[in-house]
Amino acid sequence: MESTINITLEVWRQAGPDAEGRLVKYEANNIAEDMSFLEMLDVVNENLIAEGEVPIEFESDCREGICGTCGVMVNGKAHGPEKATATCQLHMRKFADGDHLVVEPFRAASFPIIKDLAVDRAPLDNIIAAGGFIGVNTGAAPEANLIPVPKDASDMAMDAAACIGCGACVAACPNSAGQLFTSAKIQHLNLLPQGQSQRWARTEAMIETMEQYFGSCTNHGECHEACPKEVSLDFIAYTNRDYVKSKIKNRKLSGQ
Amino acid sequence: MIGSLDARVPDGPLADKWTQHKFDMKLVNPANKRKFDVIVVGTGLAGASAAASMGELGYNVKAFTFHDSPRRAHSIAAQGGINAAKNYTNDGDSVYRLFYDTIKGGDYRSREANTYRLAEVSVNIIDQCVAQGVPFGREYGGLLANRSFGGAQVSRTFFARGQTGQQLLIGAYQSLMRQVDAGSVDLYTRTEMLELVVEDGKAVGIITRDLVTGEIESHSAHAVVLATGGYGNVYYLSTNAMNCNVTAAWRAHKKGALFANPCYTQIHPTCIPASDEFQSKLTLMSESLRNDGRIWVPRKKGDDRLAKDIPEDERYYYLEEKYPAFGNLVPRDVASRNALTVVNEGHGVGPLKNGVFLDFATAIERDGADTIKEKYGNLFEMYERITGENPYERPMRIYPATHYTMGGLWVDYELQSNVPGLFVTGEANFSDHGANRLGASALMQGLADGYFVLPNTISNYLSDLLGSPALSTDHQAFTDAKADVANRTQKWLDVGGTKSPDYFHRELGKLVTEGIGMSRTKEGLEATVKAIPKLRKEFETDVRVLGNAEGLNSSLEKVGRIADFFELGELMARDALAREESCGGHFRQESQTPEGEALRDDVNFKHVAAWEYTGVDNDPIRHVEELNFENVKLSQRSYK
Repeated sequence: MESTINITLEVWRQAGPDAEGRLVKYEANNIAEDMSFLEMLDVVNENLIAEGEVPIEFESDCREGICGTCGVMVNGKAHGPEKATATCQLHMRKFADGDHLVVEPFRAASFPIIKDLAVDRAPLDNIIAAGGFIGVNTGAAPEANLIPVPKDASDMAMDAAACIGCGACVAACPNSAGQLFTSAKIQHLNLLPQGQSQRWARTEAMIETMEQYFGSCTNHGECHEACPKEVSLDFIAYTNRDYVKSKIKNRKLSGQ
Repeated sequence: MIGSLDARVPDGPLADKWTQHKFDMKLVNPANKRKFDVIVVGTGLAGASAAASMGELGYNVKAFTFHDSPRRAHSIAAQGGINAAKNYTNDGDSVYRLFYDTIKGGDYRSREANTYRLAEVSVNIIDQCVAQGVPFGREYGGLLANRSFGGAQVSRTFFARGQTGQQLLIGAYQSLMRQVDAGSVDLYTRTEMLELVVEDGKAVGIITRDLVTGEIESHSAHAVVLATGGYGNVYYLSTNAMNCNVTAAWRAHKKGALFANPCYTQIHPTCIPASDEFQSKLTLMSESLRNDGRIWVPRKKGDDRLAKDIPEDERYYYLEEKYPAFGNLVPRDVASRNALTVVNEGHGVGPLKNGVFLDFATAIERDGADTIKEKYGNLFEMYERITGENPYERPMRIYPATHYTMGGLWVDYELQSNVPGLFVTGEANFSDHGANRLGASALMQGLADGYFVLPNTISNYLSDLLGSPALSTDHQAFTDAKADVANRTQKWLDVGGTKSPDYFHRELGKLVTEGIGMSRTKEGLEATVKAIPKLRKEFETDVRVLGNAEGLNSSLEKVGRIADFFELGELMARDALAREESCGGHFRQESQTPEGEALRDDVNFKHVAAWEYTGVDNDPIRHVEELNFENVKLSQRSYK
């Protein structure tokens, strides 16, 4: 009724944060082509449980490419071979019968492995806490249409805000840099009139928090290639500009 | 043990209730707020907004999420938009109209005062979100854009492309992280609530499990807020995220909180049908597709021909034929039920015969493929990504799926459950949508509760506790609860059965879908009430959970959640059985109009059913809160 394929997997198994890890081979047979990659892993896990083996830990939640929970390296590519696709949206019909797939966690010094394919991406939240917000207490907001926002500016802010915070940009980068994520988050707010009051403080704090965890950007562009939402490298350029300005702006005069 | 249910709705005219109540409530002065600890479980829209707002006010907030980051809750997947009575489009909208549409859409099974307040604060939500930097869609003049949505004749829906939930959640999350940085909110990620601690009849804290280390911990507070979402995953296949569960709410229910209207579930008509047994979840396609797509099935049962080979006169455009006035745009419940009927009759399409066609050929011929692409390009792309089929060339296949649950823990006007000190916000409570939720109203409710209602009403409870510190976690109430959690966790590892947790979840899902799905009967429900506990006993003795409790173990997380789904599923069946009427998403075949529409029984069922837990194998007790409609006139819905 439907076509199936057989896949050979080599999956990173690591019992805990401090345990030694290794690649373990599994045969995933009779996989329906309409399955997603993660459903294929579900099937492998069901078989492992049947055989009395501890299933593979991997993370996922929405399984529709928006929550950013999932993410593994498939044959060295963050979220696998398909462009603009999170791991949960990758389908088995994109692979061929007999394919050999190496499945590893997102690797970066700042993303320590918790178990198997699950990693800790907490530094991304720390960058937000450092300044990734507009400081407006509940109830203090003015009428929503008081400040018109040019549509082009609003659309571009939305392009940046589309980031799902999965960390693929970090995993794909040869330097494990966090520039694409951080820049997307900064520019989402810096591009809007509402974000101007804290623009320089935000940029400075977020960049400098980022640098505590992540490597330096050397403009490879691998982050953009891996990004499931195709967040543009332009945001890194805008952020570099804002960061330089944040060092020379006299913030006391910024109300003029 | 529980007397009559008093929602404590303030007196006075509907439009003045909230303002007057805010004045009447006791306050906690700014310097005293820091003396109060508040626990918030869940960091979706309702939880993150509540935690951030209470942190801003000065309370000591502890926020918990089982996700790795508070930005991941399933609020993030909402596509369409958020309603607000701004009347920016000058088309006659008002707070009263939004209130009225919501009450009517809910088939007159929600509380007037709560729903009015929801409509009233909706305008503040948009102000708040815009100030936070939520990039809502705009007109070329720079002002906010609106679109229309089901169940309303005005355009009042604000949106951020097809990612409105994501952008609103990021707004709330960023406000939350600002408070984390300020030290007013302690954030616990990868931490799951597994028990509510009740002492002297009051909620005093929670027991959690650290999902990374396995450590079981006690947290005490003056009040506990559950913002833990809905229970749609009881169906196994739903549009909910993989980890959505009822555990926090169910644990509170077992500690005395009443569970209201569990049988009110919403089935969304336009989802992509399951492709195989191992399908893990279903994906929703925006309802807007029904504006241009025509829904049909082959007239001949079991017709295997490709859609393009089926001539026009052999196609059954069942919605257009049965509902000439509304056609393909009938409300969600009507569209869903009709799809179920034709598929059950054997007209289903696709490899598993489990879908109906949603065909754009007419629209493409009329408007051109470019116009359709401009309108629905991203949805067509999403469909093709999942199914491998190109909807420009062949019709989409769609089928209804569980999407939202209107039932939840019972709360009064102040969003407090019948257990003092336990508050419930967002989808986890039952209060605002009655028996059916209108599109773009879930985001509105989550944020209304979290930003504007709870931060006000909680002071009315806390003010009486001034001077009394939160209960020590050394108290026996905590040590007992902690031991219970540890034993329960270990118990699953010790079962040593033969089948995986997912196996039992799938089997439970089949029972719930069959018995408590889109169309329910007395016989079916009676059978389901018996079948679920039978399967539960098998589950309890034959489930196999491998690994240990001392680290990340998602099988162990799952098994506890599935156990709670079993008990909830049984209660849903009992609730659906007791409600011998049809209303909104609850359709009893015995109660329909001659045209086959849902027929309410306002004489006997114009009430909320709130269930009291009495032990796992004992019959629960059904309490009733009578609904009084002083402002709207009850009427029969008709879409002919």
